[in-house]
Amino acid sequence: MLRYLARRLLVLALTMVAASIVIFLLMSVVPGDPAQFMMGMNADPAALAALRAELGLDRPLLVRYLEWVGGLVIGDFGQSYTYRVSVSQLILDRIGLSLPLAFLALLLSVVIAIPAALFAAQRHNKAGDISVMGLSQIGIAVPNFWFAMLLVLLFSVTLRWFSAGGFPGWDAGFVPAMKALTLPAIALALPQASILARVLRSALLDTLGEDYIRTARAKGLSRGQALRRHAFRNALIPVLTIIGLQFSFLLAGAIIIENVFFLPGLGRLVFQGITQRDLIVVQSVVILLVFAVTLVTFLVDIAYAFIDPRLRRGTV
Amino acid sequence: MSKRFAIGAAAAALLLGSTALAGAQETGATIGMQLEPPNLDPTAGAAAAIDEVVYANVFEGLTRFAADGTIVPALAREWSISDDGLTYTFTLADDVTFHDGSAFDAEDVVFSLTRAMAEESTNAQKVLFEDIASVEAIDPATVEVTLSEPNGSFLFNMAWGDAVIVAEESAGSNATNPVGTGPFRFENWVQGDSVTLARSDTYWGEPPALETVTFKFIADPTAAFAAMMAGDIDAFPNFPAPENLVQFEADPRFAVIIGSTEGETVLGINNSKAPFDDVRVREAIAHAIDRQALIDGALFGYGTPIGSHFAPHHPAYLDLTEQSNYDPERSRTLLEEAGLSDGISVTLKLPPPSYARRGGEIVASQLREVGINAEIVTLEWAQWLEQVFTNADFDLTIVSHTEPLDINIYARDDYYFRYQSDQFKAIMAELDETSDEAARNEILKRAQQQIADDYVNAFLFQLPKTGVADARLKGLWENAPTQANDMTGVYWEE
Repeated sequence: MLRYLARRLLVLALTMVAASIVIFLLMSVVPGDPAQFMMGMNADPAALAALRAELGLDRPLLVRYLEWVGGLVIGDFGQSYTYRVSVSQLILDRIGLSLPLAFLALLLSVVIAIPAALFAAQRHNKAGDISVMGLSQIGIAVPNFWFAMLLVLLFSVTLRWFSAGGFPGWDAGFVPAMKALTLPAIALALPQASILARVLRSALLDTLGEDYIRTARAKGLSRGQALRRHAFRNALIPVLTIIGLQFSFLLAGAIIIENVFFLPGLGRLVFQGITQRDLIVVQSVVILLVFAVTLVTFLVDIAYAFIDPRLRRGTV
Repeated sequence: MSKRFAIGAAAAALLLGSTALAGAQETGATIGMQLEPPNLDPTAGAAAAIDEVVYANVFEGLTRFAADGTIVPALAREWSISDDGLTYTFTLADDVTFHDGSAFDAEDVVFSLTRAMAEESTNAQKVLFEDIASVEAIDPATVEVTLSEPNGSFLFNMAWGDAVIVAEESAGSNATNPVGTGPFRFENWVQGDSVTLARSDTYWGEPPALETVTFKFIADPTAAFAAMMAGDIDAFPNFPAPENLVQFEADPRFAVIIGSTEGETVLGINNSKAPFDDVRVREAIAHAIDRQALIDGALFGYGTPIGSHFAPHHPAYLDLTEQSNYDPERSRTLLEEAGLSDGISVTLKLPPPSYARRGGEIVASQLREVGINAEIVTLEWAQWLEQVFTNADFDLTIVSHTEPLDINIYARDDYYFRYQSDQFKAIMAELDETSDEAARNEILKRAQQQIADDYVNAFLFQLPKTGVADARLKGLWENAPTQANDMTGVYWEE
């Protein structure tokens, strides 16, 4: 188990170093000058040069890279070019939205997917199964931004139960903040729940064919009892993989939904950073997301080992 | 049963509570903006969104733009100009304090102007200050500015957002915590979402009607539409989706506000590059464009055709649209005379705004009619600034020049369209030396004529200001003499 852990940790560290180099190099070849963007069309060349020096853009590439990585290690992400505040503060504010939103969406999708999959697996190839699968097919096919717009149209424009978007911040209180996250979380959860339900259903059906299920049935358990008590746990491995992937996706990939609901999340911070050439923000958020994704993968790997003891014994 | 109902009702009340309150607010206003300002210091950045939040609300200059575009007194209550046009003596307003409680006096004016013109200044409009020779505080309420040469636009220059007066103690932190002398003080910025201003109790002038103003940032046009319809936003002064305006017009809850801006939108031509160094080719391009069709297609009919680089609402405006009238036959003849009867292939580089992207498609198809094959290249702003604006690596481009009264850019040799004319520079020099209004207007007319005769760019249209507001919210600016959302005169009608 320890060797397994050590090897996983080494992979994690190497991935981070490689990612930091790739991200930094990509950012430095992006065309466009942050100073020029900030100063606009009437900028005086002397003022431009002064700003470039102020932002430290006139120094060699290697110096800038080492300074950035050195800062990252001690948790200092540097100063945003355009916002003029520390990048860590910016990211922290956005995480305050993106993390709860991702969790909420994930929770919703799990809460919807597990009962739906159990329901469908119990009624394999019958009407219930077919309708759940049909609905989940629609859930995957419907673009989530369009679904989000429908939600806004119904709940904000017509019924006026929710604001059409925006985020008042946690300072405004728990209820207003959660209210602002409800519609976006539903819009994000729908396709994820559909995917999860389909994966879990087929995993359940696979395990239902196993010998131990037949034994359990022979002991007198009903099909449903065998499913819930024995098949479910064994079907969790592929589901865990999907949940890990989904969480990373929800954290970083919510940008379209953030746009529809004009939420200040991480996705929009990256998007704004790119258009404004606030490269230090972009590279810092991206490296953080890389870290989050590798960390989640790492944790999922560890979780496998707990669920399935075979994986612990060095055959990885 | 009744208990369960009571819980349900309580939950529903909780859920609906905040929405109901928001609907009843009459003392504040929520204003929608498409872009979030990167920071809130108008003296250190060119982004229009900065001025759209703080101009006239938080910060004030010596002079300011009024809603009709005229220059009126602000912190300087009156002034006198010496006969040689070199010395301006400003008398400042009394009892003015900054929002942090510190007093405002002549030293703050000296500090602000000196800072803006300094060597290490990062003011985006540094040229506004370039002919100031010295700034002196005569006494706490009097400032004397001496120019190195006469400049008839000096009072106009001092009205820009980039020339607002800041205090030395707070200048360094204005980007995140702006401290000015205006009727509203900065309250709170939820980054990525909104900026809130609150009425200042210590304002020296007439207090505004609104107690709070919240600027909410909504980038997506569809989301902007939904937010207006849901009543989350009280006004969207620059509404990003002109195609939805008809729907608002039909709805009595809303008022659609159409005005003009200072945005001369041009089909920019690289004058330094063959074949565009030939005036006949540029004239051919000008005649190839049907401006009304362009306005109808790209702006849903809002916008005014122009024939030179000048705003139609300005008193010195000269209507030169006939000189660039739509005449494809003439275009073909001109191209033939220039030896290009086989047609040419060019690139048309477009920045992100919808007037450019939508307009670009129409312009390209109109150019194709006369044998000019324009290949469209879409660029982000940062790329556009680098390729087109800085390096002049382009054939044609579409962009709106949003600064007020900016015809003097045609006197700059290295400006992106690379127009070089000694005649035009002479006209601009004459303008600088003239401070008489009528004489200045005559000179401005000659300037318009000169660049229209040279067909420097194909002048397309004056960008409209298309806004939507709650029908009960009054006092919003109709036109945009500068990019601002002046909230000082805004109020709710009973």
